[in-house]
Order: sequence, then structure tokens, then C-alpha cells
Amino acid sequence: MAAEIGAARFRQMTEAVGRKFVTGVEDFGYAAALLVESLVWLLAGRWMQQRVRLAAVAREMMSIGVQAIPVVSILAFANGAMMAMQGIYTLRDFGAESQVISGIAMSVTREFGVLIAGIVVAGRSGSAIAARIGTMQMAQEIDALRVIGVSPVRYLVSPILAAMLVMMPVLAILSDAMAIVGGGVISMVELHISMETYLTRILASLAPGDLFQGLTKSLVFAVLITLVATSNGFNASGGAEGLGRATTRSVVLCIAAIVVADMIFTFFLSR
Amino acid sequence: MAVPVSRMTSPGPVIEVRDLVTCYGDQKILDGVSLTVEPGEIMVIMGGSGSGKSTLLRYLLGLHRADGGEIRLFGKDISTLSSREWMALRRKIGVSFQGGALFNSMDVGENVRMPLREHTSLDENTMRIMARMKLEVVNMAGFEHLMPAQLSGGMIKRAALARAIVMDPAILFFDEPSAGLDPVVAADLDNLILRIRDAMQVSMVVVTHELESAFKIADRITVLDRGRILMIGTVDEVRGSDNPRIRNLLTRTSEDEPVDADEYLRRLTEGARRI
Repeated sequence: MAAEIGAARFRQMTEAVGRKFVTGVEDFGYAAALLVESLVWLLAGRWMQQRVRLAAVAREMMSIGVQAIPVVSILAFANGAMMAMQGIYTLRDFGAESQVISGIAMSVTREFGVLIAGIVVAGRSGSAIAARIGTMQMAQEIDALRVIGVSPVRYLVSPILAAMLVMMPVLAILSDAMAIVGGGVISMVELHISMETYLTRILASLAPGDLFQGLTKSLVFAVLITLVATSNGFNASGGAEGLGRATTRSVVLCIAAIVVADMIFTFFLSR
Repeated sequence: MAVPVSRMTSPGPVIEVRDLVTCYGDQKILDGVSLTVEPGEIMVIMGGSGSGKSTLLRYLLGLHRADGGEIRLFGKDISTLSSREWMALRRKIGVSFQGGALFNSMDVGENVRMPLREHTSLDENTMRIMARMKLEVVNMAGFEHLMPAQLSGGMIKRAALARAIVMDPAILFFDEPSAGLDPVVAADLDNLILRIRDAMQVSMVVVTHELESAFKIADRITVLDRGRILMIGTVDEVRGSDNPRIRNLLTRTSEDEPVDADEYLRRLTEGARRI
């Protein structure tokens, strides 16, 4: 009897795992199809009488990028300052406090600048996009688009993708700059050096490759956030509660996706 | 009366459904549904909740792929259409969804102009005038600048109707025109539907569960029940039907089936045993 129950439970468990796996693969395929389709519309929509409207792209750039500037600036500044503080404190034991500058330069441009920008955009736009598309899905607005003959992907996803691909690198650069300034303010106070010296040393310790690594990641984040947020929106169902669930899921998955992608890219790009 | 060109070239039915079968998971939602809609006809699809009438509409609109059978719009099998052909076909179809499905981020005027903007290359002014004309038809002129959230239920339906007819479609689909409206507004909407049909010579498919409205506007009625067609006929034929399930629908009789004790027990225990 006990063995029988154990076997049944084991079967249930494996079934559950299998089902999760299948939905995972499905989600992945869905996102990939979404990416391809929205890219096709972006590049070829002009010739299919369904161009992606620049006004829509501009609107998305405004809400995804421009409106995120204050938050990104503050977070990046604070993060740069914290890195300087921790770095100076740790390196003081070795009498190598001044090495903190090249540490900041590298880690900010390669890693934290873009990561902060990514997390802010994931939090702000990841939820907003999922909520907007989810609401449209439930109010049959997506169906209305389709019967009017407008591809929902072209109309909703392509402008977001374009705006993300432009704004994420911009935000990443802004974030880099603000983090470096944040580190600089602390360095001025603690290391008694001028801002000018600080910036010269930052520039001296940076190679173009460092910046390039950050920018590459920002493009990857742009694609990931777009796909996760829009696909969660399109698959939302179940009323107000379902919408809330889709929104939460979108933010959590966006952040998880960019952090994991960041790790993978760092592994390959820093060899 | 002048016959529109589109109708002269295709004298047959504008909609032809043959043996449509659709499933949701393992469950059959529609089972062998066949019907035709003639040019200029108002076909009302009637049935209780869960009868599959909204599902049927979604398949007619090509929002899902059928699991069996065939749907022809203007004589073309919709499962074989290329995306370009679909685009051309979409111009000839107008849809008014149950909740209106107005785009919430746009005002009423922009909503009505949307199909024009996507399908034509008219200049802004012409689009404005055309949209205004259609809003005039549904008595909504002057409300262009309101957002959907500021409209009442009846106004939302009328604005959605204006958007549906802005391209002068040959088929107009209407999902639950009177759902959620008070009787007076619902009656207004019925009159509006008849007026539009007379003015535009358009075929209509109206999905509803409201008897009064159905009898008032229909040329023919399709009665759906549990995914199957009970009957297709004129208003009088449906009224005079002696099919018990149709009679229940007409007389609003509850149709809780008598509970068979053994069957009930079996259902209860079946689920438990599977674990």
C-alpha cells in the first residue's frame, strides 16, 4: 500500500516536472517567435504596407527611456558612491586605497552601470508593458486590432523593441557616468584628490572593450525585457487578479532573465 | 436600389460554414455547425450561456483555427488564405465586440479613424470627415474628443459600431449588442442596427441571448445549444418551434435536469478514485 502511494506520488511529481518543462519550452518558443516577428515588422513592414509608426516608437522611448532618467541617475550615483566607500575601506588594509579608482572604472562600465539601468527599466517598463498589453488582451482590444487587420505584434511589440534597443544603451551610458561621478565624490573626500585627477585616472584605466561589453549587454537586456514583458501581457487571463499576476510575473522574470543573462555574458566576454 | 459591386461579383452566400468542429482541450465546444448567411441578411445567433455562440463568432472572424470543417467568407476558405488575402478580406469585415473593445489610449475620433489610418492613405482631413460621418450615423457626432473611459455603456457600443462600419464593410459582426444596457438604450441600438442594414446593404451576424432584440432585428435565427445547432429559421419558425429546448429558451424555463442518484454518486467517486 505504502509503496503504491509512493509510486503514485512519484508519478505525479515527474508529471508536474514534465509539464513545467513543456510550458517552459513553449514560453521560450513563443518569445522567440515574437522576437522574429517584431523584427520582421521593424525591418520589412514598410514593404508590407504595415510600417511601424515612428510616433509610436517615440512615445515608447519617452516612457521607457526618458522618464527613467531620474531613477537611473540616483541609483547609479548611489551605487558608485557605495562601491567607492566599500573599496576604500577594504583596500585600506593593503594601503592600496587609490586602486579603488580603476576598480570602479572597470566594474561600473562592464557590469553595474548596465545592470542598474536594466533593473530600473525592468521594474518600470516590465510591469507597465505587461499591464498595458494584458488589459488590452482582456478588453478584447487585441482581437479588435486583429480583425481591423493590424498585427498586434507590429502595432504593440515592434515599437517597444525599437525603443528599448535605442534607449537601453543610452541609459547604460548615463548610468555608467553617474556611477563614476558618485565614486568620484567619495574619492575626493576620502582620498583627497581632485575630480580632474580622478577622471583622468578613470579614463586611463578604461579600454574601449570595457564600454563595449556593457553596451552589448544593454542590447541583450533590451531584447529580454521586451520579450518577457510583452509575452506576459499577451498571455494574461483571469480578470483583475490575473492581470496582477501577469504584471508581477513579468517584473520578476525580467529581472531574473537579465541577471542570469548578465552572468552568462560576463563569463564569455571576460575570457 | 443599387446593388454594391462586391455583391454582384459574388452572388452566393457571404458566409458559409460547413461542419465546423472546435475543441478546447479534449472538450468539443462546437460540433458539426453548418450555416449560411446571404447578402443583406441579418442572421442572429442565439443561445444560452455556454452554448458556443461567442466561440462561433471568434472562429468566423478567423481568430482561431478550426479543428474540423470549413468556413468560407465571400466564397473563400479562410483556412487557406495568405496573410495578404486576409488583409484584403479584413477591409470588408466590421466587428463590434461585446465590451466595445475601443482602444483605451485613444479618443473616440481616433478610434473610429484607426481602420482608415491602417488601410488607406487618405489625408488627415478626409479621415476626419469620414469618421465624423459614421459617428453621425450612430448619433455620436461631437463626442470625438472623449476618451473611452468617459463614455457610458450605450455610447461605447455606438462608438464601437461607428468604428466597425467606417470602412463600409460587407459583413458586420455584432457580439451581444444589448448586453449590459438598459432596455431603452438596447431598443435604440436595435433600431440603429436595422437602420444601418437598410442604409448600407450590409450582411450582419448578431450574437445575442436577448430574445426581444433577436426577434426584432433578425431575418433568420440560428439557435445554438451546447455546441450544436438546434434549428435555423425565420423569426416565426423559431417562435412556433415545438422543440422543448427552444421552448425553454423562449419561455425562460429553468432546465436543471432531474438528478439521477446513481449517476451523481458515480460522478463524485470517479474523481476520487483516479488519485
